[in-house]
Amino acid sequence: MGNYAIETVGLNFNFGNQAIVKDLSLQVPKGSIYGFLGPNGAGKTTTIKILLNLLKSPADQVFIFGKEINHNRIATLKRVGALVEQPAIYGHLTGKENLINRCLLLGIKKTKADEMLALVGLTEAANKKSTKYSLGMKQRLGIALALVSDPELLLLDEPTNGLDPNGIIEVRNLMIELATKHKKTILVSSHLLAEIERTATHVGIINKGKLLFQGTINQLHLLSKPMLEIEVNNISNATAFLTQAGYEILETTDKKITVPFTSPQDSGALNTLLVQNGFTVSSLYLQKKDLENLFLDITKNN
Amino acid sequence: MRSLYISLVSEFYKSRKTLAFWAAIILPFVICSLVAFGFYSGSDKVLNMHYPPIMLWFRYLGAALGVMGVLILPFYVIFMAFSVNNIEHKNDTWKTLFAQPLNKFSIYAAKYLYAVILIFICLFLFAALTFAFGHLLQVLVPKYNFNQYDPSLILVKFYTKLFLASLGILSIQFLLSLLWGDFLKPMGIGFIGTIMGIITGNVGWKYAYLIPYSHPSLVLNSSASAKKLTNPADFPIFTQEIYTSLVYALVLFIIGYFIVTKKSIK
Repeated sequence: MGNYAIETVGLNFNFGNQAIVKDLSLQVPKGSIYGFLGPNGAGKTTTIKILLNLLKSPADQVFIFGKEINHNRIATLKRVGALVEQPAIYGHLTGKENLINRCLLLGIKKTKADEMLALVGLTEAANKKSTKYSLGMKQRLGIALALVSDPELLLLDEPTNGLDPNGIIEVRNLMIELATKHKKTILVSSHLLAEIERTATHVGIINKGKLLFQGTINQLHLLSKPMLEIEVNNISNATAFLTQAGYEILETTDKKITVPFTSPQDSGALNTLLVQNGFTVSSLYLQKKDLENLFLDITKNN
Repeated sequence: MRSLYISLVSEFYKSRKTLAFWAAIILPFVICSLVAFGFYSGSDKVLNMHYPPIMLWFRYLGAALGVMGVLILPFYVIFMAFSVNNIEHKNDTWKTLFAQPLNKFSIYAAKYLYAVILIFICLFLFAALTFAFGHLLQVLVPKYNFNQYDPSLILVKFYTKLFLASLGILSIQFLLSLLWGDFLKPMGIGFIGTIMGIITGNVGWKYAYLIPYSHPSLVLNSSASAKKLTNPADFPIFTQEIYTSLVYALVLFIIGYFIVTKKSIK
């Protein structure tokens, strides 16, 4: 338990009769950037709210830095910074005033506000009313607010929502910097795998409240093994022939046979073997599922 | 306690640029100066009545108290209770507020306390400015006899009573504004309540004291009867309607806490 920043043990959560989170066992290692993935409505925001104790979890199911959350609410929240849904910003205050207000609530020196503004690149807009901020600026202010207390754990709910490509890259770099230089643990939710593929060290995929995959990004990559798809006439005979010849058949449809890809040489040998035995091979190609498709597959099939 | 203090400081910081905060200061100034101006420009008429000092003070402070207690105080409370809560509704900040490492009850209590403090500031300024402008009138119109009676005890007692009487309304409006993010519902209910309160309070209905909105009117009616006492400052503060107001405030304050903890869920 000691190595996890977040650990949930068979977490269940219902709104009335509707189960939102089912038997969820998250394990977020300290110092990781944990990509929390799932389509809209999968239960990501609910989970984050549970991790902030905004929604009360059943006893002994949620542990933050090894401590049960309901019994250690204030001590836990001191170590956590969060951005949930839209950034919570007081529109009638300037960006700087929003940060100062948060400093007041946390009992932190007000000078920290300027530091944070510089960190997220809002120094020039510091004295502008935050209603007049663009979506990207609001999002950056939201991240600054989450970072004010210098938390060990950051919960970011779709932090790149509404950002332009530049903003997305900035947030991505900020996350990497926070994790590598400042040793922070970051849980970042998203419905786009591509968006966090490049930053996350660990990934959890959730759909309809259930955790479908959890592991390192490399383990996720391993799931998407390259495959060789062969279009050939007389599929059934070809399948029987290849099985006999010792090949592992992954999938057979009425048009093509799929086998694991090993090397280009092996693919060539396989082709020669088929042709020499009277089959007509019309095409032979390497298929590699990218993570995006993998993600879709994982969430669709369950 | 630290949580409560921190939250209270933050409430001040957040709302120092809002109308609810400034109205607490501007309202007493505007109304007291208008009344004082009336007594200044119409000094001939008032002087012709040859009031004794104590009656002159009663006429003068009654003018401010009348407008203020019956209409402006309830409406200010309605608007302010809305504004204090609307800051969080409008910006969708309830959940962030409750995700801070602060005691949940303190966060809520600070909000309520802040509203109470605003009413206090408003009424304190009313009392202080009534007193100050009375003496200013004396300087401007030397024929007045404001300086021959010290109304401070009456002022303090009346405004204390009015303050306590407004807590019942505040608690209802606070709760309504907590429940609903829009202005119309709390405003509508508050408006109807205030009208009802004025009518039942003035008609002297036996159970009027059960309606918090009638409490300011009841307090004002008691000011009319205070005039008849040999010592007008001798009226009691803790009367039936004040106790009722305090009970309402306490009960609704506790209910509000349960509502607000549910609110963060949404």
